[in-house]
Amino acid sequence: MTDPRANDPATISAEGAPDEPGGTPVGTGRSSDETTGDANIADAAGIADAADAQNGGYLLEAIDIVKRFGDFTANDGVSLKLRPGRIHALLGENGAGKSTLVKIIYGALQPTAGSLRWQGGRVSVANPAAARRLGIGMVFQHFSLFEALSAVENIALAMPGPFDLAALGERVTRVSAQYGLPLEPGALVADLSVGERQRIEIVRCLLQEPRLLIMDEPTAVLTPQEADQLFVTLRRLAGEGCAVLYISHRLEEVKQLCHEATILRLGRVVANVDPETETAASLARLMVGADVHEVSTEAHASDGPVMLSVSGLSLPSAGPFGVALRSVSLDVRAGEIVAIAGVAGNGQSELFEALSGERLAPARDAISIAGAPCGTAGVTARRRLGAAFVPEERLGHSAVPGFVLSDNVLLTRHASDRAMVGGGFVSQLETRAVAKRVGGRFDVRTSRENPEASALSGGNLQKFVVGRELDRDPRIVVVNQPTWGVDAGAAALVRQALVDMARAGAAVLAISQDLDEIFEIADRVAVISRGELSEAYPARDIDRERVGLLMAGAHETGESAGRAPPPEARA
Amino acid sequence: MRLALERRPEQSRTMTVVSPLIAIAITVLVGAIVFSARGLDPLHALYVYFVEPVMTLWSLEELAVKTAPLVLIGVGLAVCFRANLWNIGAEGQFTAGALAGAAIPIMFPEWQSPAALPLMLVAGVLGGIAWAAVPAFLRNRFGVNEILTSLMLVYVAQYLLDWLVRGPWRDPDGYNFPESANFEGWHALPTFGDGRVHLGAVFAVVAVVVLFVFMSRTLKGFEIRVSGEAPRAGGFGGFSRPRTVWFCFALSGGLAGLAGLCEVTGPVGQLQPIISPGYGFTAIIVAFLGRLNPIVVLLAGIVLGISYLGGEAAQIELGVSDKIAQAFQGLLLFLILACDTLIRYRIRIGRRETAVATDA
Repeated sequence: MTDPRANDPATISAEGAPDEPGGTPVGTGRSSDETTGDANIADAAGIADAADAQNGGYLLEAIDIVKRFGDFTANDGVSLKLRPGRIHALLGENGAGKSTLVKIIYGALQPTAGSLRWQGGRVSVANPAAARRLGIGMVFQHFSLFEALSAVENIALAMPGPFDLAALGERVTRVSAQYGLPLEPGALVADLSVGERQRIEIVRCLLQEPRLLIMDEPTAVLTPQEADQLFVTLRRLAGEGCAVLYISHRLEEVKQLCHEATILRLGRVVANVDPETETAASLARLMVGADVHEVSTEAHASDGPVMLSVSGLSLPSAGPFGVALRSVSLDVRAGEIVAIAGVAGNGQSELFEALSGERLAPARDAISIAGAPCGTAGVTARRRLGAAFVPEERLGHSAVPGFVLSDNVLLTRHASDRAMVGGGFVSQLETRAVAKRVGGRFDVRTSRENPEASALSGGNLQKFVVGRELDRDPRIVVVNQPTWGVDAGAAALVRQALVDMARAGAAVLAISQDLDEIFEIADRVAVISRGELSEAYPARDIDRERVGLLMAGAHETGESAGRAPPPEARA
Repeated sequence: MRLALERRPEQSRTMTVVSPLIAIAITVLVGAIVFSARGLDPLHALYVYFVEPVMTLWSLEELAVKTAPLVLIGVGLAVCFRANLWNIGAEGQFTAGALAGAAIPIMFPEWQSPAALPLMLVAGVLGGIAWAAVPAFLRNRFGVNEILTSLMLVYVAQYLLDWLVRGPWRDPDGYNFPESANFEGWHALPTFGDGRVHLGAVFAVVAVVVLFVFMSRTLKGFEIRVSGEAPRAGGFGGFSRPRTVWFCFALSGGLAGLAGLCEVTGPVGQLQPIISPGYGFTAIIVAFLGRLNPIVVLLAGIVLGISYLGGEAAQIELGVSDKIAQAFQGLLLFLILACDTLIRYRIRIGRRETAVATDA
């Protein structure tokens, strides 16, 4: 086979260039793999030996990668080395820098400093197409498939050059059978489950015969059975010499599947470990930081009345990438802050929307606010009961970007503030006065009077949307990611305001990914994972390690233990 | 040299005002080129087309006749478009309103009473609402794209009209012409001046003022603006998107129906196979040229009204097809949408070298 990679000037290694046989490494290595069917990777091919001499047999090395966005450093001297035939886990919390690193490897971002080596030769990966030419394939968490087209048509769209659908269909069937990924080429994507859609993405990568496959949180959208089947495929791929970079939060899964693990925290590598010899607890500790936080002594048990009560709330997922809520129960009392920890995308937004009333619960008594059942009542009715809500997304959800602040005050307070609307007419005097008061009380800095929401910085807008709600003196506050992406000063102000609110007698529920924040403000801590909520533990009785385990799914029911074997019959 | 579009940090308020003026200027320029290509003196042709229609009292009255339906439909569409709902079937709602209102004089020609006209007006509004309710229902219930459904219903309404005036509703004393009987007495709209300007012009001005106050001062108007600008924030504010869809379609459909009824009981005076020179479609241009602001829509309606009169004048004086009016209208909409890019982006003139450097 002719391999464009061999001609790619980027792959040529200058130093100690080996003689002729070593000089044409790339294509032959793969084919010798295939013909011998050799699954032992350490000495899979002659060229690997040649490369061994120089670089220890690594397929890809990322060396001292630094990536800055403005004055934020997403990757700070990160190094990562991948060997052929090994499944390598990349672990870290949200914001640890995993995606940035992977995007650099896949050519979607360029590093500020540092270099990439491919089979010992220095390369610069200008874009994803260049990455694919090198032999790097990636399966994203969110798929890019056309629902109205069939599986094989979707694959054809991604293939370079002209294509023959019939021949491609046969290849798809062959490859998918070979790797245990049952896939009907003619099936319409719209009719397929999420797991089957993911198979299309994987097969699409496999047809390009990748030497490195990057999987971005592949199991986040899969059922346990589908996940098990995926693991079989990944092991088979690794057995054939393909390197796999596996990004996940699920520690049990990583222990089960991966040969090596690199753990990132705050943009730096904190450890390279062998996941098999680690426990899920020790991995969790590495992920969330070993520095054990002293629990605030101010945390206290509240014996106030239950202001917000959720009991047995189940909601189906709203879309293919949504998470279903499974029998969520929780009580928040007056005077306390309950925090919900969890890795993003485990049902936090779904829970928030169910609490705010943007999505209605199936039963009226699934949610009670101040003692009144309101599961089927909308957001306005819940606000009238004294509840206030702050969503995660500031622009477009909390606030209308193109509207001035006084109009954004009206957005959430038109029903609860009698002075704002009279006979259907809006009192701009009143909305402006409230906007000004919120600005003063919560230190919202603006360049001019009453600007558009989109003109504010993230921190100032967050202060505004939190202040807009707290200014109402609500009895219940539900806030999703209270300080996500805001500067330290604004974060401190928002947290202090929430604590003051609770001490003054309000019930506060904060959903957050930030464990530092949670341990700073929470009286009780619950953890959400795949739509299931753990019990809420007093903050002084729970440590980060335990929270980390819960985040990885330790409390989930009936799944981790008794997983069904993959449905072989379908293959 | 190379041109690049650069995103502005905030929407440019200046460009919101200037962009339609640029569009009008380019339209006039293209018009001059087209006229001179036909061997006409471009200045004279433009004078005939754009200036003469506003030079006499008679033509000013005629302008009011043309502008009234455009504005009446255009303000309704402006509200609809503000909510990010694309009702482009106003022509059908116009026809449906005309049919519903005209049913009364055609079926009860003997019933001359002061109650007849108000009843016809109400029927006209309801007819327009009923026609607009179909796309609203399909959108809310099944998520069907309202652009397609509202547009396709235009042709349904037009063929219904065509069948009625050739069949059951044809004037028995009309020598077999495909026309209904003339509407007279309490079945016709009161007129002013020389007898062409009718009550519809008053309705249009009232609609402009009411909707301006409605959109800028009331909570419901706020709800519509939020719903169009940031639907998720609208839901968070407690506003129902389906309710907004119903409201906007009912409003724009009702106003289009009213315009249709006014047209057949006023200037046209009977039902004919063709009762509109495309007012429902031209009103889309009126809404955009009017920046979706009711007051400015009134001005835009006058501009588009002139284009209709100019087309007629050009046909008579210059001997060009009156289709030229539609060509100018289409060109104007195209240019408005193109120029609106300048609200969000600015044009940057860069050197070629930079482009190469970034590509490499």
